[in-house]
Amino acid sequence: MIKVEGLTKVFPGQTIPAVKDLNLEIKEGDVCVLVGPSGCGKTTTMKMINRLYEPTGGKVYIRGEDHMKIDPIKLRLDIGYVIQEIGLFPHMTIYENIATVPNEKKWPREKTKEKVEELMHLVGLDPEIFQNRYPTALSGGQRQRVGVARAMVSDPPIMLMDEPFGAVDPITRARLQNEFLRIQERMSKTIVFVTHDIDEAIKMSDTIAVMNEGELIQHDTPSDLLSAPADEFVANLVGRHRSIKRLHLIRVHEILKEVDRTEPLTEDAKKEEVEKQLEDSDLRTVIVVDRDNKLKGVIGASDLKRKAGEVAGDYCHEVSDTVTDDATLNDALSVMLECGVGYVAVVNEDEMYQGTITLGDLLNVVREDS
Amino acid sequence: MDQLLRMIVDLLMTLGNGTLLSTQNEARGDLRETIDWIIRRSDRILDLMVEHLWLVLFTLVIAIVVSVIVGIFISYYETLAQPVLGVCQVLMVIPSIAMLAFMVTIFGIGFTSGVVALVLYSLLPIVRNTYTGIRELDPAILESAKGMGMTERRILFKIKLPLARPVIMAGVRTAAVMMIGIAALAAYVGAGGLGELIFQGIGRGHRPMIIAGAIGVSIIAVAFDYILYYGEKRFSVEGRTREGN
Ligand SMILES: Nc1ncnc2c1ncn2[C@@H]1O[C@H](COP(=O)(O)OP(=O)(O)O)[C@@H](O)[C@H]1O
Ligand SMILES: [Mg+2]
Repeated sequence: MIKVEGLTKVFPGQTIPAVKDLNLEIKEGDVCVLVGPSGCGKTTTMKMINRLYEPTGGKVYIRGEDHMKIDPIKLRLDIGYVIQEIGLFPHMTIYENIATVPNEKKWPREKTKEKVEELMHLVGLDPEIFQNRYPTALSGGQRQRVGVARAMVSDPPIMLMDEPFGAVDPITRARLQNEFLRIQERMSKTIVFVTHDIDEAIKMSDTIAVMNEGELIQHDTPSDLLSAPADEFVANLVGRHRSIKRLHLIRVHEILKEVDRTEPLTEDAKKEEVEKQLEDSDLRTVIVVDRDNKLKGVIGASDLKRKAGEVAGDYCHEVSDTVTDDATLNDALSVMLECGVGYVAVVNEDEMYQGTITLGDLLNVVREDS
Repeated sequence: MDQLLRMIVDLLMTLGNGTLLSTQNEARGDLRETIDWIIRRSDRILDLMVEHLWLVLFTLVIAIVVSVIVGIFISYYETLAQPVLGVCQVLMVIPSIAMLAFMVTIFGIGFTSGVVALVLYSLLPIVRNTYTGIRELDPAILESAKGMGMTERRILFKIKLPLARPVIMAGVRTAAVMMIGIAALAAYVGAGGLGELIFQGIGRGHRPMIIAGAIGVSIIAVAFDYILYYGEKRFSVEGRTREGN
């Protein structure tokens, strides 16, 4: 979707290039995060993509087309752009701000209204309340949302986001990040996302491009970046707690396939079966599901002693918490720590039992890494 | 300008004497005489005020159009900015009488000379405010506008000018008030207005005439400033923001 070849920028009056011989390819629907210390050329790279800066050398191809051959106005109208300072127009209402690109594209009024309202809902701002307000009457987080809505309103296939969540507090930032991921899952845009925060990069990205002093050091998936940093610089950037960071990265369903655990028992299984499985299982617990494969509960050794009954259903007790299969391993770890047990049952959105992962499984993941 | 100031001081002293130190018979007589004269000649005074106002309004419109265009122009061609502003500065410090006299040598006696001189005088405040108003806009706002694909023309009319307007209007106010004072001198080259009263009064040594002219000029100046100030406030961004909440 976006291909950058030998991209170089030397600002007038400077000898050291701000961006030097950058090569990068971003696939359609991917989020590529540019990460690196302040002043390493991330913003400059981004501005060369939408031609706010003219490259000194090298090429940018948008869908295979040399972007210097595209009219810059047309190019920019089709690339959503969010800058760190947001840059909302203070003399225009939120509605007018978001309608900027539709107005430039001369959309009919009805279509604009429909899209603006849709986008306001998407970023969690009620149009009834917010559309006639001016930017000064909004909190930092709300302004960021308006900035994102404004960039996305005409449904551009490509988005450039320069530290879009840089100016808000950590809690709001985490919320905006999650919303962003939720929206991106639905929209699958091709996104170049700039941040100087490696944790944000790991969380948001399909691929991470690490830059330093104008040069691209490594372009990899977050997982490869964590397990095989190209050099000292990248290793330092990702830091010492790489293993823990990896847990942020992997979703439960990804490791569920690999862990091969005995099938759960149905609630009408005999007591003997329960006893047998209790002995064999590494969990020292038996998972019980009902006939529809919904999680019913678990049976521990103490349950067998204390309770009486014929079938598994009579012995089991409810679990205090589960994780869904799209949760991260980090989420799974928190649940285990909170419940004080070494395993957690995984269910899908409809509460269907999917499997169980243990602390040992998490350790294996972390161990693979080091 | 100096003459005008002296007249206004004179006027205040006269009024002060008349009300506070009423024992001074001469001063009291002065005040009475002035009021009588104003009442008797109110038609003529009103006519001259309208003429004065017309001269100022006409000139102001021309000055705004010319100055804003020049201001926008030098905001795009940065290297021209300082030379252009320098020329405007020089124009403003030329003594009014000299400037008017010079205009007469080109345009002859009459309205045109007055208008051209006044426009040249009022260039600096509006040009400078248009220029700085645009230059001092938040670069992030302009960058996001450009980055989203707005054309330079649209950015100028939709973003730059609306946002710079309060600063430009402040320049217009300065220009207008200055112009009203100098317009009194334009009577000297036959451009009409309240200056006629003042010059005739000086010529004949007729105090009430001078005072009436000075009062008229002051009233127009204060009214103009007031109208421009509140007019601008009414339509400003902050005003609208408050309504929006
Ligand atoms: N408009 C400009 N003119 C001159 N130098 C610039 C300009 N923009 C950025 N630079 C320089 O280029 C380098 C990279 O800047 P930038 O791309 O903004 O870094 P980052 O976004 O990674 O923090 C810096 O050294 C900066 O000083
Ligand atoms: Mg930057």
